Amino acid sequence: MSLFTEFTIFVLAIFVGFEVISKVPTTLHTPLMSQTNAIHGIVMLGGLIVLGYANDPLEYLIGTIAVAFGAINIVGGFMVTDRMLGMFAKKPKPKADADGKGGSGK
Amino acid sequence: MIAEAVLKPGGDAATALYIVAFSLFILGLKQGTHPTTAKRGNMIAAAGMAVAVVTTLLLDGMGNWGYIAIGLAIGSSVGAYASIKVKMTEMPQMVALYNGVGGGAVALIAWSEIRHGISVGGAVPLEDLIPTLLAGIIGSISFWGSNIAFAKLQDLIPTRPLAVPGQQIINAVLGIGVIVLAVIIAINNDPPSQGLFILILVCAAILGNLVVLPIGGADMPVVISMLNAFTGLSAAAAGFALQNVALIVAGTLVGSSGTILTMEMATAMNRSVANILFSGFGGAPAAAAGTGEQRPVTSIGAQDAAIKLAYADNVVIVPGYGLAVAQAQHAVKEMARALEKRGVTVSYAIHPVAGRMPGHMNVLLAEADVPYEQLKEMDEINPEMPRMDVAVVIGANDVTNPAAKNDPNSPIAGMPIIEVSEAHEVIVIKRSLSTGFAGIDNDLFYEPNTSMLFADAKAAASEIAAEIENL
Repeated sequence: MSLFTEFTIFVLAIFVGFEVISKVPTTLHTPLMSQTNAIHGIVMLGGLIVLGYANDPLEYLIGTIAVAFGAINIVGGFMVTDRMLGMFAKKPKPKADADGKGGSGK
Repeated sequence: MIAEAVLKPGGDAATALYIVAFSLFILGLKQGTHPTTAKRGNMIAAAGMAVAVVTTLLLDGMGNWGYIAIGLAIGSSVGAYASIKVKMTEMPQMVALYNGVGGGAVALIAWSEIRHGISVGGAVPLEDLIPTLLAGIIGSISFWGSNIAFAKLQDLIPTRPLAVPGQQIINAVLGIGVIVLAVIIAINNDPPSQGLFILILVCAAILGNLVVLPIGGADMPVVISMLNAFTGLSAAAAGFALQNVALIVAGTLVGSSGTILTMEMATAMNRSVANILFSGFGGAPAAAAGTGEQRPVTSIGAQDAAIKLAYADNVVIVPGYGLAVAQAQHAVKEMARALEKRGVTVSYAIHPVAGRMPGHMNVLLAEADVPYEQLKEMDEINPEMPRMDVAVVIGANDVTNPAAKNDPNSPIAGMPIIEVSEAHEVIVIKRSLSTGFAGIDNDLFYEPNTSMLFADAKAAASEIAAEIENL
């Protein structure tokens, strides 16, 4: 892929990003952030690729940590976003145990 | 599947699958524009991620499966555990950490790329080397900056601004040093120097620490958003280095999102991003703190507050971060429910920086089962304020201070506020008359239509709810 092709993609992605994200309401900004954390986990691909051609202990270590970091983003990001959005989606129904979930102090 | 990889790196099939992946990301984000579709959107984006990961695992040249398995197992379990355990009040910390590990991953990948370039031998083409250097720099800054942000949010280090003398100069020297080192590596790139690259990572690390340390607690929403944008940029840079279209697009989407949020937060505080980064106001030595002068306030108890609320038609609740600290969101919801049972219309006015990250307060209230239709943005509720019989301010301070509108000399002059003083009556639930993050007195407390209820937010809300039930 030529550098110019990459730049074209980059610039178009900026416009798409601004267009799409600016329509997300303030209410959903926290889930938006955790979801973009998850999407950022795409860097795990980079970790996988460099681990693919790693051939000494330091490179194994670097690559493994990079993959682990990426996986934290992907799995943690999508799961916590799902948890949060579940709170927005659920029907307000009377329940007495609402206080249990908020945790008690630090 | 493990036996023979089927896809050529950079080949048509792999690229096509990556295009599918990032299209799903965009579709997923598009669904995120409404609370009812956002959950499905998140699933769609996750499906895109699955496509991207599987495609990469099928690439020719993939190997070291044992290490891949270890990395995946550790990362997935840590991520899953954290996402189940985290409390909603702690979301800012979690996002800070995710920003951090994301940036860290990019810095490590860049380091690996440099080593790979050296082992392949010969000069590394600049179109690969320059993005690798950028990825290393931005990744390292994001990693360390995010760790500091996390430590501040978690109260591991003081949230007040910590500055060393000559800070600006040190930062400037480090910033220029990093760029000079990068240029040196790029010029003598046959092969690139690993030692200098590590030095770049270290300088960027120090810079990341020093930039975030002086930023105070109140400015955290801006910092988190900005680090979010940074990690996105670093991923895009890594995409250029690895010539991977999925990384470029996904990284750019994240970068755009972080940028938009940064600008929105800065606007909500009426400050420029540069001002936040370089002036450490978010806790400035109490600019105009208590002049000592005593002004009279009207103080009321829970019972009187309950009566005022119960006989109102329209009540607006203005929550601030103090509500989250007191874990009062469920008690407040109980109070609102008691009012609604009596036919009172209740809404919530959310200032953009009410929590510690963009949209934080909305999540806290959603967790307490407040329907999202009742959550009103600042611009939406302000014109309605004169119609409101009672405004209840809980744990919010600076974002309601009329000085922002009326006093051009106030440190917060020009900051958009929730105009509660326009309501017929105001009840402020607060422990004391102490100042907020900005360290200035709140004129609202002394206005004739304001009543102060000095109490812990959670206890007061529960008590008011009980009183309303008894009326």
